Amino acid sequence: MPGKLKAKIVAGRHLPVMDRASDLTDAFVEVKFGNTTFKTDVFPKSLNPQWNSEWFKFEVDDEDLQDEPLQITVLDHDTYSANDAIGKVYIDIDPLLYSEAASVISGWFPIYDTIHGIRGEINVLVKVELFNDLNRFRQSSCGVKFFCTTSIPKGYRAAIVHGFVEELVVNEDPEYQWIDRIRTPRASNEARQRLIFLMSGELQRKIGLKVLEMGGNAVVGYLQCFDLEGESGLVVRAIGTACTLEKLSSGSSTHTHPNTAPASNACNSPSKDGKESPLAHGCRSTHNSPVHSACSSQRLSQNFSVSVPTLIFTGMGSGSMGKDAGPLKTLLRQQTQTALEQREFPFFTLTSFPSGFLLHVGGVVSARSVKLLDRIHNPALGNTRSYKLLDWNSVTADEPETRDAWWEEIRQEIKSHAKALGCHAVVGYSENTNICEEVCILSASGTAAILNPRYMREGCLDIAGSDHRFEDPSPSSCGFCHIPYDELNMPFPAQLTYCFHCRRQKVPDVLFTTIDLPSDAAIAGKGCFIQARLCRLKKKAQGEVNATAISNLLPFMEYELHTQLMNKLKLRSMNALFGLSIQISVGENMLLGLASATGVYLTALPAPGGIQIAGKTPGDLNNEQHIMNIQKRINDTIAKNKELYEVNPPKLFALDPEVFCGTNVELTEEVVGSPIPEPRHRSRLFRSHSESSDELSELDLSHGKKDAFVLEVDDTDAVEDIHSLLTDAPPPKGFHSCNTETMPGIYNWTSALQMFTSVRVLRLSNANLTNQALNKIFTDLCENLLKSFYFKLRSMVPCCLSHLNFSVAVPEEELIQVAVTAVAMTFDKDQTQEKPAEKPIMKGCSEGEEQLQFPLELCADSSSVNSQSSSRISGVPESSSLSTRAASVDYGSFADRCSTWLELLRLKAHTIRRGSVKTSRRTQSLAHSVSSLEHSSPITEGRSRLLRSSRSFGGSSVSVVKMTPLSFLPGTRIVKYLGIINMFFIRETTSLREEGGVSGFLHSFVAEVFAMVRAHVAALGGNAVVSYSMKDCVLMENPNKNQCQCLINVSGDAVIYIRETDLEAIASTVGLSSTNSDGAT
Amino acid sequence: MAVELDVFVGNTIIMSEEVYQLWLDGYTVNDAVKVRMDGGALDEFEANADVVQSDTMDQYRTFQMCERLLHSPTKLANQLLFQIPPHRQATLIERYYAFDDGFVREVLGKKLSKGTKKDLDDISAKTGVMLKSCRRQFDNFKRVFKVVEELKGPLVENIRQHFLLSDKLARDYAAIVFFANNRFETGKRKLQYLTFQDLAFCAGQLINNWTVGAVDNMVEDMDVDLDKEFLQELKELKVLITDKDLLDQHKSLVCTALRGKTKAFNEMEANFKNLSRGLVNIATKLTNTKDVRDFFIDLVEKFIEPCRSDRWTAADMKLYLTHYTNSAHILDTFKHQVVWDRYMGVIKSCIFKMYHD
Repeated sequence: MPGKLKAKIVAGRHLPVMDRASDLTDAFVEVKFGNTTFKTDVFPKSLNPQWNSEWFKFEVDDEDLQDEPLQITVLDHDTYSANDAIGKVYIDIDPLLYSEAASVISGWFPIYDTIHGIRGEINVLVKVELFNDLNRFRQSSCGVKFFCTTSIPKGYRAAIVHGFVEELVVNEDPEYQWIDRIRTPRASNEARQRLIFLMSGELQRKIGLKVLEMGGNAVVGYLQCFDLEGESGLVVRAIGTACTLEKLSSGSSTHTHPNTAPASNACNSPSKDGKESPLAHGCRSTHNSPVHSACSSQRLSQNFSVSVPTLIFTGMGSGSMGKDAGPLKTLLRQQTQTALEQREFPFFTLTSFPSGFLLHVGGVVSARSVKLLDRIHNPALGNTRSYKLLDWNSVTADEPETRDAWWEEIRQEIKSHAKALGCHAVVGYSENTNICEEVCILSASGTAAILNPRYMREGCLDIAGSDHRFEDPSPSSCGFCHIPYDELNMPFPAQLTYCFHCRRQKVPDVLFTTIDLPSDAAIAGKGCFIQARLCRLKKKAQGEVNATAISNLLPFMEYELHTQLMNKLKLRSMNALFGLSIQISVGENMLLGLASATGVYLTALPAPGGIQIAGKTPGDLNNEQHIMNIQKRINDTIAKNKELYEVNPPKLFALDPEVFCGTNVELTEEVVGSPIPEPRHRSRLFRSHSESSDELSELDLSHGKKDAFVLEVDDTDAVEDIHSLLTDAPPPKGFHSCNTETMPGIYNWTSALQMFTSVRVLRLSNANLTNQALNKIFTDLCENLLKSFYFKLRSMVPCCLSHLNFSVAVPEEELIQVAVTAVAMTFDKDQTQEKPAEKPIMKGCSEGEEQLQFPLELCADSSSVNSQSSSRISGVPESSSLSTRAASVDYGSFADRCSTWLELLRLKAHTIRRGSVKTSRRTQSLAHSVSSLEHSSPITEGRSRLLRSSRSFGGSSVSVVKMTPLSFLPGTRIVKYLGIINMFFIRETTSLREEGGVSGFLHSFVAEVFAMVRAHVAALGGNAVVSYSMKDCVLMENPNKNQCQCLINVSGDAVIYIRETDLEAIASTVGLSSTNSDGAT
Repeated sequence: MAVELDVFVGNTIIMSEEVYQLWLDGYTVNDAVKVRMDGGALDEFEANADVVQSDTMDQYRTFQMCERLLHSPTKLANQLLFQIPPHRQATLIERYYAFDDGFVREVLGKKLSKGTKKDLDDISAKTGVMLKSCRRQFDNFKRVFKVVEELKGPLVENIRQHFLLSDKLARDYAAIVFFANNRFETGKRKLQYLTFQDLAFCAGQLINNWTVGAVDNMVEDMDVDLDKEFLQELKELKVLITDKDLLDQHKSLVCTALRGKTKAFNEMEANFKNLSRGLVNIATKLTNTKDVRDFFIDLVEKFIEPCRSDRWTAADMKLYLTHYTNSAHILDTFKHQVVWDRYMGVIKSCIFKMYHD
């Protein structure tokens, strides 16, 4: 009996009228936890009842505390007939289980009904008393902290980063049980909400257990998703990064920049089942995985699965392998590798890292697999719970084709892709699914990377204060760009040049990643949001035929998305993509692909060449004229974009490429004198010579040859493509947009922010659309959404739309749904403008340094000095003006559409390397349940009660809760993390017209979801939600029946923040005052 | 290809005051879009018609959802559904409860009943205020009336607290409630020249001086009902016109004081008895509900019109009334000084306000 849960029902307000005769309500409350229920007295004839109940006490296992929500039901007493339910509140008590947490949840919660929405509010107090020391509860995992934030949370340092944790839980979907035919929609919705709540509680507990086993105390980058598989059941799965976090004293935390969170990470995982394969650095990517491998389908013919050949998009590399030849380094590297290798999956769900953690980035790796769903076999075990929650793992032995096995496959594939890129880890990793009827696409993506061995040693290093950089071979501003793979053994042909920063190592021409821009990266100008959109028609089909059709289409889609991204990147004169996420959505008769990323000009990489249009039939005058026109438009656009995004790459470099080649080599050798490890030796070790030598020559050839991307206009399709390329409108003046955490090139945020969610559904009226027409429609849909945002938020100018997260779906035939969540943040114009002026980069140490410092200082206004700025070794003496333009990929060849996909694939493998497309998805999945808040309010209980109760009476206003998809709030310091918010709601209506149609229905539902999130955060004593995301928005409508149903899943971290200005005044006290006093926004 | 659903929801409410006003004024979405586009919305931020349409729809929906809360503004402050910064809340409420003077002038003094509500389309046609907006304004009057009807304490303060209105707007509502409660006749043609503000001012005077609340501030309806005792006492003033001596004495006192000070002296002298009779008669009849209703029409007919036909200036009027009131104090046989002052104080300020074209 390890815990006692106590709840007290204080009062209600704004209740709905339940008795028409008196226009009043006789309300009472049922409080339920597990199988125990208590009731309050009936408070007669009032819409603002004051129950002031006794404390209801539940004595429970801590396991239940983690899994079960506290369920509060408000009812209207009726003497003659059954009592009518007014609505419910689910409270996740998990936040109360952490040791440092608040001891109370207290506040007004909206009373929610799945049919009527919010119906009044109820004031509740909840406490937990744990009887034993937390450490003893190993069967539960009380005390493990969860964070949605994909970086080390502010105020903490990571003592050890243990690595990847994952888990999934499966159950039958109540909506599809036989009983659903006889129960009311309300009962069915509530059963579902409750089940998902339970499942995510259980999932979190299990993940927590794994973390404890690994010796960690927290999960960062926790990503939980739901797969609504219909008849096949309901899957809740989660991934995250296990860490041992240590709280920083308030003093030291002052010195951490938001992006360089304090941390030192040592990775050392005691994972038992690790594989011990030596790292193959220079390994070429072999990976064109067998396209139709019907994995595991032998056993059940029903089970069909196709693993789609995935691509390794690469992009970049790091030369470090070659470089750090010091014996110590090697040793360290060895250790790292082993440590990582031991782990089954060296994956990290984090997207930004303490500086110095990330050494080199290889490019995006992704894998997709098409599966046919079958009913989940849920062996009925004797389980006393009201719902049988089975851990799929427990039965995997009998059922090899489980979801677990599926994901395992995919992860293996990702891992091998990473290896092929010479990387031992995958960062910015995410997984998601897309389900249409019985076909399910599983996708995973991340960025192959090499992590700093220093952080792999256990318990080592606090980065913040160290001088380690001096031994670091690559400066932080460009080091991550250096190729990690062996240049003689490249996994794909790529254009390598020497780094424009340090001149010592090779860099690719283009770099694609799924992570955020490292805070110390040197860039020119500002970033911009880049999106590739694609629709492909497909025939309607069933079962295996359908799955095969889809898997055949996937490679084409990825290829085209990649091409589009590449072209758009060049058009903006940029050379790197961050935060890349590629989403592919299946409908009955079409596939939608949407790739979003933030383009940046990395000064370490070569300047992108232009785009050159080539006609197939040179003889035709008309045609030539036409082509010239297009060429001109393209050139104009590029010029305009350069100006718009203030991309002013160093002019000095723009010299003759040949000169560059020549000098370059010498330079490295003479000036830097770096101990380049004998590449040949390595290649011999790992790979066949012929290949490497071929590549070498290829590389040399292509180097000086062309500096432009060639687009061939050979058919109408190509013309369309080029047109669509040019239709992307730049954001209006005063606006910027990106999908990453921070906007590259903007540093001086002011505090105003507006988080929003927007959903648009388009009905395609014409059934006989062509691919082109569809593409156009889809592109316009996305562009118009952006235009709408700019217009609506125009009063915030100058402002930036950050973390633009698009998700597409095909809810039914002929419908396209796009949902976007983002935040608009204002910034101070003046400061930004100053910067670009200074920007033009020169070479040379001192200047390089300045440049670097630039951003750092800027950021530092809010927080502080970055220790690393001092330690940059980057420079090459200035005299050498090298130049470059490397990027010459002959894209023309792609234009010849291959007749078979195999050919295409092969092509892809080639093309991709340069571009480095990776497929990555962000947290898009479905998900889950309502879970709640974490606890820990900073105030003493007494005080908090006082504060709150005063709030409850009279007209005192509700405290403001800010929400943002980012991990920080500009101008503020997060002083406490209260726990994750993870909520799942269903809303249904049978009077759609009366509620204002689908739009009216969804509008109020989204507003209600926001309201419930805010209320839960406020009850925990928090004043903001960071890393907020809407992971799912599933809308099913039937206008003919006047019905509509919608499921929304949201998550985020509840926090307490204090404004920087207040902070100075208050210094040490963690004041609740901030919670209440903050009124802005 | 059609947009099936289009929704944009911010964590903090997103609204433009312009669109709010259009909504309040009763424009349909399409008309509002037209107005905005004509007003130059298209020039901003590369907007097109679809963008403006979508933005307008979103805001209209938001306003519709807020409307329920606006019906009891105190709820707006502690509801959880929308996060609205305090200054925005104030704007929302203030604008929602704002009304068109033209419209209110038509309704003033009418019973706030279903019957009147049915006539709103006529009023709408007459005033040019859209029917939807008329309904909102009418419902606002009715709602405020219902709530304060049963409350104790000062009317203006009650309105301010329950509806969180600015002082000015609360006073206007107090006037509306007062007029509706006492059913003052304001619709006659002769009264048409009076604006709402004229009447609201008069109502304020009456509320402050003639109601129960003027003497006792803890009674129900104190500011809505006229002080019955006072009305009774007003009957005593009759002596000023029934007692011939007193009347003559009063006249000579006033004339002495006015002589040489105004061009209209002759007319004043000639009309003194008539005017005095008019004012005193109004006073003595106020015990009668019917005559209370005709208070304003009587003032105009019995006093303002005669003066106007004699071309008194506003200054003349002021001079005359001041001396008329003060002279009564010197009448030694006139014992009702207190009642007289309470009566004439209000009459004076009302007439000053009402004496214009």
